[in-house]
Amino acid sequence: MTFELETAKSPETLRRVAIDPVSRVEGHGKVTILLDDNNKVHQVRLHIVEFRGFEKFIQGRPYWEVPVMVQRLCGICPVSHHLAASKALDMMLGVKQLTPTAEKMRRLMHYGQMLQSHALHFFHLSSPDLLFGFGSDVATRNIVGVVAAHPEVAKKGVLLRKYGQEVIRMTAGKRVHGTGSIPGGVNKSLSTEERAELLKDIYQMVAWSRDAVGIIRGLFEQNLTQYNAFGRFRSAGMCLIRADGAMDLYHGGLRARDIDGKPLFDHFDYSRYWDVIGEDVKPWSYMKFPFFKSLGTEDGSYRVGPLSRVTMCDHIPTPLADKEREAFLAFDGGSAAGATLGYHWARMIEMLHSVESIKDLLHDDDITGHDLMATGERQERGVGVIEAPRGTLIHHYRVDENDQVIRANLIVSTTHNNQAMNTAVREVAKQYLDGVEITEGLLNHVEIAIRAFDPCLSCATHALGQMPLEIAIVGADGTVLDEATRDHRGLTREFGEVREPS
Amino acid sequence: MTAPTLVFGWGNPSRGDDALGPLFVEHFTSLAARHPEWGKVDFLTDFQLQVEHALDLQGRRRVLFVDASLDAAPPCTLARIEAARDASFTTHAMSPQAVLKVFADIDDGEPPPCWLLAIRAERFELGEPLTAAAQRNLTAALATAADWIAAG
Repeated sequence: MTFELETAKSPETLRRVAIDPVSRVEGHGKVTILLDDNNKVHQVRLHIVEFRGFEKFIQGRPYWEVPVMVQRLCGICPVSHHLAASKALDMMLGVKQLTPTAEKMRRLMHYGQMLQSHALHFFHLSSPDLLFGFGSDVATRNIVGVVAAHPEVAKKGVLLRKYGQEVIRMTAGKRVHGTGSIPGGVNKSLSTEERAELLKDIYQMVAWSRDAVGIIRGLFEQNLTQYNAFGRFRSAGMCLIRADGAMDLYHGGLRARDIDGKPLFDHFDYSRYWDVIGEDVKPWSYMKFPFFKSLGTEDGSYRVGPLSRVTMCDHIPTPLADKEREAFLAFDGGSAAGATLGYHWARMIEMLHSVESIKDLLHDDDITGHDLMATGERQERGVGVIEAPRGTLIHHYRVDENDQVIRANLIVSTTHNNQAMNTAVREVAKQYLDGVEITEGLLNHVEIAIRAFDPCLSCATHALGQMPLEIAIVGADGTVLDEATRDHRGLTREFGEVREPS
Repeated sequence: MTAPTLVFGWGNPSRGDDALGPLFVEHFTSLAARHPEWGKVDFLTDFQLQVEHALDLQGRRRVLFVDASLDAAPPCTLARIEAARDASFTTHAMSPQAVLKVFADIDDGEPPPCWLLAIRAERFELGEPLTAAAQRNLTAALATAADWIAAG
C-alpha cells in the first residue's frame, strides 16, 4: 500500500469536500478530500469514530457477564463479539477443548451470523450500486429501488438474512442479546423441533446462495474493466487458518502474507498476537492503524476479511464453495482476486460456505447432545480470535482473583482494514475525482470503495433524527461553496440548488 | 400462532436513552399480562430495524413501533405511519416507514395498520443509564400505549 495523498503539502490553500457520515455502513465515518482550484485531488482521508470507551465500560465487570455485554458493541455483528469474548474466557478458564456439542453449537451460531451479515451487505447495502450503476440516480440507488426493479433478488436477500437470524435465535436462545455461548461452552443445544425447522429450508438457502455467487460473477463479467480497476491496490493480508490450511471462520492459527504473497507467519498462536501485530496512531484519526511488526508501520499494513480469507486459504472445506473459490481465483487470469470489488465476490463465496456448513451441522447428531461444558485450570488472561464477517476480530481480557475484568483490549476487523480502506478511497479519488466537477454520483464512488470492506463502525445508536448524509464543498477561507444533504425523511438537496459561492 | 397485535421496540440498551424502545417493551409486556382484555399481543425488540422485520408484520391486525427520538415533542408522540420510500436505506438502520414499504413490495400487498410511538430522548452515551427526563417520558409513553391498545 502507498501513502500518496495521505497528507497534502499546503492544505491551507486547498478546498475541502467532506462526506459525513459515509452511508450504508454501520456507524459513523467521514471522508475529507482536499482539492485545488482545478479540482485536482491533493489529500484524501477516511476518519472513523471507533469504539472509544468500550474497553473501559467492560472493566470492573464480572467475567461471566462479558460475552453478553459485548454484543451491545454492534447492532450488526453482535454474535461475533459474543463468540470472540467466549473464546477469550475459555482460555482464561483453562479450557483447551470444548465438548463436541458446544463447539458445533457455537459454529452453527457463527455461520448463521456470517449468513445474515453477508446477505444484508450484498443484497441490501451494495446491490443498489452494483445493479443500478455507481453514479445512478440516488433516488433509486437503494434497497427499495432494488425491490422495485429486481423483486426476486431482493426477496431472496430478505429470506436469506431471516434464515440466518433464525439460526442465531435457536442457538443463542433469543434474537438479540443471546446467551447461548458462555465461558467454557454453551448453555443449550438444539432441540429436535428446532433442528427440523431449520432443515426444512436449508436446501433452498444453499440454492439461493449459489445464485448470489452467480449474480456477482455475472456483474464482474459484464463490467470487467471497471470492476477490476476500481480502487485497486496491492496489499498484504491476514486471516485465521485451520491446521491443514483450510478456511476456518471459527478457529485456527494466524496466517499472514506480504504484498507479493510470500508467507510472513503461518499457524501463529493468536494468544500472543502482540508479538506480530503492532498498532500505530496518526494525529488525524481516532482509529488505530495495525501493522505487521516485521515490516514496520510504513510497509506493514494489511487487509482482512472475505478477500483475504478466500485468496489465502489452501481450500474451503465445503464442496460448492471450494468450487466457486477455484473459479474466482482463475477468473480472467486471477484479476478479480486482487480487485477491491473482489470483496463482494469473495463475500458471496463465504456465504455459500456458511450455508453449506449449517447444512452439515444440522445433519450432525452432536448438535442435539447434552454435554455442554468443559473445565480447566484458571488463568489470569485470555485471548479469543474469530473471523467475523468483516475480518479478524481479537478480544483480550485480564481477570483478577475476584473474577472482575481489569483490562480489555479489542482489535476489530474494521481497525485492521483502516489503512486498506484509506488506500482504496485514495485510488478511487485519483481515478474518478481528479480534475473534474464533483457530483453526488462521483462522491458515491468513494463510498462504494469503503462499502466493499463492509466496515462496521458500530455506533449501534440510531434514534430518529440521526444519520443524515451531508456533503459540503468548503473554500480555502472556510466559505461553504456548495452542499448536498439527505436525511431519514428523504429530504434531498442536490448540489447547485442551495446557494452561490458568497 | 401469530398474535394480531405486535409491539416492536428497538434501540441499544447500553447507550443511555437509546434503551427507551427495549425498556418500553419490557414494561409493557408486564402491563399486558394484567390486561387479558387487550387480547393476544406479540412483543419484539432489536437493536435496529432492518429488512427482515417486514416479515414480522405478516398476519398482524395492527402494529405499534416504539423508538427513542430526539425530535419528538416530550413526553412522546403517537402517529399513524404509512409505507414510504425514504432515505433510511442509506444506513444499516431503517425507518419503520421503509420497513412497511419493503413489506408492501415483497408481500405484494398493503401492510397492516401501523403506528409509531416516539419517546423523547436526550442522551445516547455509552454505558449511561436513562436520563431522568427519559424515565418520565417512558412512564407517559406506557400510558399512551395503554390507551392505544385498549381502543382496539
